[in-house]
Amino acid sequence: MELSGWGRALTAEVRAWRPERAPGLAEAFRAEREDGVIVYAGGRSYGDAPLNGGGDVIMTGRLDRILSADWESGEVVCEPGVTIGDLMRIALSHKFIVPVSPGTGFATVGGGLANDVHGKNQHRHGSFGDHVQWVDLMLPSGEVKRITPDADSELFNATVGGIGLTGIMLAMSIKLRRVKSNAVLMREKKARDLDEFLAMQDEAREKHAYVVGWIDATARGRSLGRGIMESADDSQGETDAPPGGRIRMPVEMPGFAMNRVSISLFNAFYYHRLPFGGRERQAPITQFLYPLDAIEDWNRLYGKRGFYQFQCALPEVESPVGLRKLMEAISGAGTGSFLAVLKSMGKWGRGHLSFPMPGYTLALDFPSKPGVIELLDRLERITLDHGGRIYLAKDGAMKAESFAQMYPKLDEFRAVLDRIDPNRVMDSDMSRRLKIRG
Amino acid sequence: MTSNKNRKESWLVLGASSSVARAFARAAAEDGADIILAGRDMDDLGRTAEDVSVRTGRDVDVIAFDAEDVASHAAFVEDAVNRAGFLNVFLAFGAMPEQDEIDTDFALAERSIAVNYTGALSVLHRLAPHLEEQGDGHVVVLSSVAGDRGRLKNYVYGSAKAGLNTYLQGLRARLFRKGVSVTTIKPGFMDTDMTWGIEGMFLVASPDQAARACLNAARKRRHVVYVPFFWWGIMNIIRHIPEFIFKKMNI
Repeated sequence: MELSGWGRALTAEVRAWRPERAPGLAEAFRAEREDGVIVYAGGRSYGDAPLNGGGDVIMTGRLDRILSADWESGEVVCEPGVTIGDLMRIALSHKFIVPVSPGTGFATVGGGLANDVHGKNQHRHGSFGDHVQWVDLMLPSGEVKRITPDADSELFNATVGGIGLTGIMLAMSIKLRRVKSNAVLMREKKARDLDEFLAMQDEAREKHAYVVGWIDATARGRSLGRGIMESADDSQGETDAPPGGRIRMPVEMPGFAMNRVSISLFNAFYYHRLPFGGRERQAPITQFLYPLDAIEDWNRLYGKRGFYQFQCALPEVESPVGLRKLMEAISGAGTGSFLAVLKSMGKWGRGHLSFPMPGYTLALDFPSKPGVIELLDRLERITLDHGGRIYLAKDGAMKAESFAQMYPKLDEFRAVLDRIDPNRVMDSDMSRRLKIRG
Repeated sequence: MTSNKNRKESWLVLGASSSVARAFARAAAEDGADIILAGRDMDDLGRTAEDVSVRTGRDVDVIAFDAEDVASHAAFVEDAVNRAGFLNVFLAFGAMPEQDEIDTDFALAERSIAVNYTGALSVLHRLAPHLEEQGDGHVVVLSSVAGDRGRLKNYVYGSAKAGLNTYLQGLRARLFRKGVSVTTIKPGFMDTDMTWGIEGMFLVASPDQAARACLNAARKRRHVVYVPFFWWGIMNIIRHIPEFIFKKMNI
C-alpha cells in the first residue's frame, strides 16, 4: 500500500503490517523479509522518517492502551500507539499533564520518543525523552530489553530521537507533571520586527513556562520578522473543557489555493487582528497546545502535491544573524508560508540525534511546487553556516553531508546500531537518504 | 417503560480482543457502564481492562471464554451473571477463514461454523433466561452482511452468519416479550484485522465509529443495523440480483 508522512509530498509503496495485539507486533517484526522495516506510528512526522519504500512498515496505532497509571506518583505505562492528546486528557482529569507535548495531540508516545519531540515549554521542561523512565524495546535480534537512562544509557540515548532505527517499542513509562488546573493563563503580544521579537522571547522565557511565536514569513523590509508572541503559565483556576467539535477538511484544496497573495493576506490579517497592547486570557491547555487539531486533516489545505516543512534550530549566539538571513531568503523567494513558528529553546535533547539545542527554532511550511527544493537547499546552507541543525521529524529534503555535520553524535549513534543491528533489519527512506548507517 | 437511573449497568463483551470490541468497551464505559471482558487471550484482555479502567474510571473485569468450547459456556455464563450488575451483552467474536482454504480443508469449515454459529448460539442460549428474568437490557450481536447472500468468495462464513441472523430473529421475538432488545449488526467494510490488507476497500468504518453505532443501535432498540448505514442499500441491490446472473458474478 501507499503511505506518506503528514506533509504528503513524499510517498512510498510499502508492505504494511498493523498488529492489534502484542503477539501480533512481535510476529510482524520477526517475519521473513529481504528489505528492512520501520515503524509508522501516528503519521504526524512530515517527511520520510516513517516510510520504507519497497520494504516493510509496521503501524503501531492500534496498540493504544494505557497499561497502568499511578495517580499518586504520576507514572503511566503506555503501549506505543497511545496518542499524546489522549494521554493529556486522561491525565488532566487527575490533575496531571504530559510534561512535554508537540503541537499536535495526534502524535503518539512512541513517535514522540522516536523523534524526541519538544513543545512550547522546551526551555523549561526539555523534550519528550527527558520524561520517559523506561522503554521495553524489541531489538532487531528479537530480544526484548527494558532500557532506561541508566541501564545501557547508550542504547537509551540512541532510541530517544533515533527515528525508530533501534527497534520496536512495546511499552514505555512516562512521568507526568502535576498541575493545579486544566488551564493556562496566556498572553499575546505583537513584535514589530525580528530584533524586537528576539528580545521579547529572551525576556519571556526567563519568566514564563510556555513561550511561542507566530512569525509573518511574508513581511519584508522594516517589518521583516514581525509577529505575535504567546507566553503562558499554569493557571490556578479551572476553565470549561474545550468544545469537542472539530472541523474537517472534507476535500483537498486545489493546488493554487495556497499562493503568494492568499498567504500574504492571511498573514497580514492574522497580525493585525491583535491590538497593539496585546491581550491576556485563560485558555484550556489542550486548546493552547493543539490549536490546529481543531481542523482535522488540515494538511489537505496544501492540495494533492502536499508540502514540505522546514524546521531548524540555531545556537543562541548565531540566532540574530542566522534568523535574519533565513527570513530574508524566505520572504525573498516569495513562496510564503502559511504558518511559521519562531520559538526559543533552552536545553539539549539527550538523544544522539535529538533536535533541541539552546537557541532558537524556526519552522515553516512550503507548498510542494517547482522551486521549493532549491529554497530548502538555501535554507539548509544557511542553517549549516550558522552551526544549526534541521529537525528529522520534519525533514524530507536534507542532504546526507549536511546531516552528518549537523549531528555531531552521529558516530555514537552508528556505533550503537552496529552493535544491536549488524544485519540492518531496521531501515527507512530517511535512513537511506541521509546515509544514517554510513 | 420504567428505567432505573441508579442501577449499575454492565456490558459483557464476548470476543473482547477485536478492535471493535475494544472500542465498544471504551465507549460503553465512557457512558458509565462497568465492563466484563471475555475472550481467550488473557494477557491482551488484561491490557484492555486496565486501559478502559484508567480512561474511564469504571470497573472492568476479565473472564476467560472460548466460543468453541461450548461445554464451558454454562459455567462461564453463571460466573459472568454473578459479576455483572444489570446485564447487557455485546457479542463480537467471529472467525473468517479464506474460502479457498476452506475448499481444500473441511476442518476450517467446521471451525467457522463452530465459532460463528454454534458458539454464538451456545452462549446466547444460556444467557437468555437471565436476560428474561432481568426484564430489560440489550443484546447486540456483531454479525455480517455476508449472511445476506451466499457469495462465491465467502459462502461458508456467510452461511454460518445467515444461520446466526435467523436465530437472532427468533431470539428477538422471545426476549422482546420480556423487555430485552436484540440488535443484529451487519458490518460492511470495517477497518479491522479481518479486513486489513484486502484490496478494494472503500468508505470503511473505523472501530470507534462502528462501536458508537452499535451502542446507539442498542439504545434505540433497533432490530437490524448496517454499519456503515449505506450498506443497507448495497446489500439490498445484491440481494435482488437474479440468481442466474449472480452465480456468474465474481463477488
